[in-house]
Amino acid sequence: MWDRVLALIVKEFLAIWKDKKSRVVVIVPPLIQLVVFGYAATFEVSHVATAIYNEDSGLASRQFLARFEGSPTFDIVARLTRQSQIAEMIDPKRASLVVHVGQTFSRDLAAGRTAKVQLVVDGRQSNTALIILGYANRIVAGFNADWIGDHGLAPPPASLVVRSWFNPNLKSQWFIVPGIVALLTLVVTIVVTSLTVAREREVGTFEQLLVTPFRPFEILIGKSVPPMVIGLAEGSVIIAAAVWWFGVPLRGTLGLLYVALFFYLLAVIGVGLMLSSLARTQQQAILGAFLFVVPAIILSGFATPISNMPAVIQDLTLVNPMRYFLIIVRGTFLEGLPPALILARLWPMMMIAAVSLTGAAWLFRHRLD
Amino acid sequence: MSAHPPQRQAARSGSSMRRLRGLIRKEALQILRDPSSISIAFVLPAILLLLFGYGVSLDAKHIPLAVVVENPSSVTASFSASLLNSDYFAPRLMVGRGAADQAMTAGDVDAIIVLRSDFARRVFSPTGSAIQVIVNGTDANTASIVSGYIQGAWQKWLGQYALDHGRTLSPPVSVEQRVWFNAEVRSRNFLVPGLIAIIMTLIGTLLTAMVVAREWERGTWEALMVTPVRVAEILLGKIIPYFVLGMGGMVLSTAMAVFLFGVPLRGSLMVLLTISALYMLTALGMGLLISSVARSQFVAGQVAIIVAFLPAFILSGFIFDISSMPTIVQWLTHLIPARYFVSALQTLFLAGDVWPIVLADGAALILMAAIFLALTRARTRKSLE
Repeated sequence: MWDRVLALIVKEFLAIWKDKKSRVVVIVPPLIQLVVFGYAATFEVSHVATAIYNEDSGLASRQFLARFEGSPTFDIVARLTRQSQIAEMIDPKRASLVVHVGQTFSRDLAAGRTAKVQLVVDGRQSNTALIILGYANRIVAGFNADWIGDHGLAPPPASLVVRSWFNPNLKSQWFIVPGIVALLTLVVTIVVTSLTVAREREVGTFEQLLVTPFRPFEILIGKSVPPMVIGLAEGSVIIAAAVWWFGVPLRGTLGLLYVALFFYLLAVIGVGLMLSSLARTQQQAILGAFLFVVPAIILSGFATPISNMPAVIQDLTLVNPMRYFLIIVRGTFLEGLPPALILARLWPMMMIAAVSLTGAAWLFRHRLD
Repeated sequence: MSAHPPQRQAARSGSSMRRLRGLIRKEALQILRDPSSISIAFVLPAILLLLFGYGVSLDAKHIPLAVVVENPSSVTASFSASLLNSDYFAPRLMVGRGAADQAMTAGDVDAIIVLRSDFARRVFSPTGSAIQVIVNGTDANTASIVSGYIQGAWQKWLGQYALDHGRTLSPPVSVEQRVWFNAEVRSRNFLVPGLIAIIMTLIGTLLTAMVVAREWERGTWEALMVTPVRVAEILLGKIIPYFVLGMGGMVLSTAMAVFLFGVPLRGSLMVLLTISALYMLTALGMGLLISSVARSQFVAGQVAIIVAFLPAFILSGFIFDISSMPTIVQWLTHLIPARYFVSALQTLFLAGDVWPIVLADGAALILMAAIFLALTRARTRKSLE
């Protein structure tokens, strides 16, 4: 029996490997994407295009603004002289931030009154806007602390000391790059699997396969092994790149990560094969794969947290294998997630794999027409 | 030589129109009879927009917090109550750091707030040891949002507390923040327009890539080639029905964005539709080019995901801000058509008809559509390899 299955596996590999285009498509783009996305997918903000509108001629305002000019986060792109110029800067995105110092700034400070500064920020990307405001407020707080110290004013009340676990500098690359392991292995595996059965059905060779002595689960193994090998290989390359290229710390056990990757891929392969055996044509298969992949990625927590979603959609994500694997892969890299917590996310993926693989094997023979 | 008598030319263009009509009719029938194409144009955008419009959000609410009070007093109770009353937090009081640390490792809470034993005494001391905040930095973006919220809650409570105790807190410089175009800082307002771009990419690029690749695979494309129909007519016959389908999806998505998600549409509808039409042409051109290069559904599907969907998701400015990317990657984003569409959509929905942006994005889209269509035209010669 194993000879038979082995022959089937070899045949499946050849089906992917023999065609030069499909060979290239499975190997090259994921690697390019790893590098590009690893750098592109960042929530950090730097070189904020900033315009300064200073109506005050006093020394204090210049000292204050010097802190923005000296900060590497803010690039001063313009100095404004009229109120109307603010819109001219923000609307066409020539500046994301305008720091507006009013006429009485230095006078107020000297008199011990609170001086007002207006920060105008482009809210079209509201996340970026919040981050920019956070940076700007930190600069203002620094100025305040020094001003109080220099002028012997009453000290401010206790300030908050915020520390961050697992990722002390809050580098979003540490968050995104492990996520790319889940993202790219999902895409490659689902496309490889979703077409295998559908293509053979379209050509008619699947019916031939069914009349051979192969049992459905043997066909299932034959169809699962190649995408599993491809997925594991690609996952390994990305994990290696995360550690050695991007310098993301790997604090948990690699062995457990591979166990999780195995079951994640198994769940994805199950879904892919099920879609493939449901589909009448390759086109339906790839559409089905898309209808699975796109929500699976967007609702996985890859870019936006699941906890921000409404309850109904959170429930929906429970059947998304990527959701579980993302927690494991990020936890293993950054937090050194303990085995018990990994296991808690492992069994849902096993369930998804068991259900979808069984479904696929059953559909091989019983597809509804 | 090439000068034809005028009536013959008229006859030629007449028969060209007839052929084109026939092709469009054939293509339209094919779309109408295959439920999957219709569903991809209307059902898919509706479902995706519903799912993502509600599901994709960067606004944290009810953030689970562990609050550890080392020495309970009326002052700590006042601060805990202010956290409890906030919509942003779901605080849980915990007896010790051990339990709190465990909850954070298990992912049950996003942050720990420790009120030190001398909290009440040191609230007004500048050394800042009265209160300690630890955030889970794994999700760096959420972590900075959470710490920002806690900072805000702390400042607000301090101000109130000081006022109650006859003190005023007046920092030397206070900040007045103005967030233009999105005063409530709702992430949905910029994510929904971006989602429309992603959905249009799916319809335009994926659908055409698959359809035409199928024709290559089945040989019906070659069959069309041997008829008197010209290449340009074949391509137009493909583009027009899918263009109509895509624009239908676009109108549906826009209506949902405005009426269901409450995203303001401050630009004019005409400009929005024009930009969308340009993007649709670009996406269709890309799909046709992919299929004419790939010629198999497997490769076409892979390539469409890799060069159309994933870049539209990550490199378009939909979620990740382009200006924060490394310079080389920023250059790369100029090759992604979705980048121009996302930028135009965000501006048209939130800011209005800002001509410098709309015109620049429109021009880029025209250029890309022309390049894709010309490349497709060049690759689809009436010859067999």
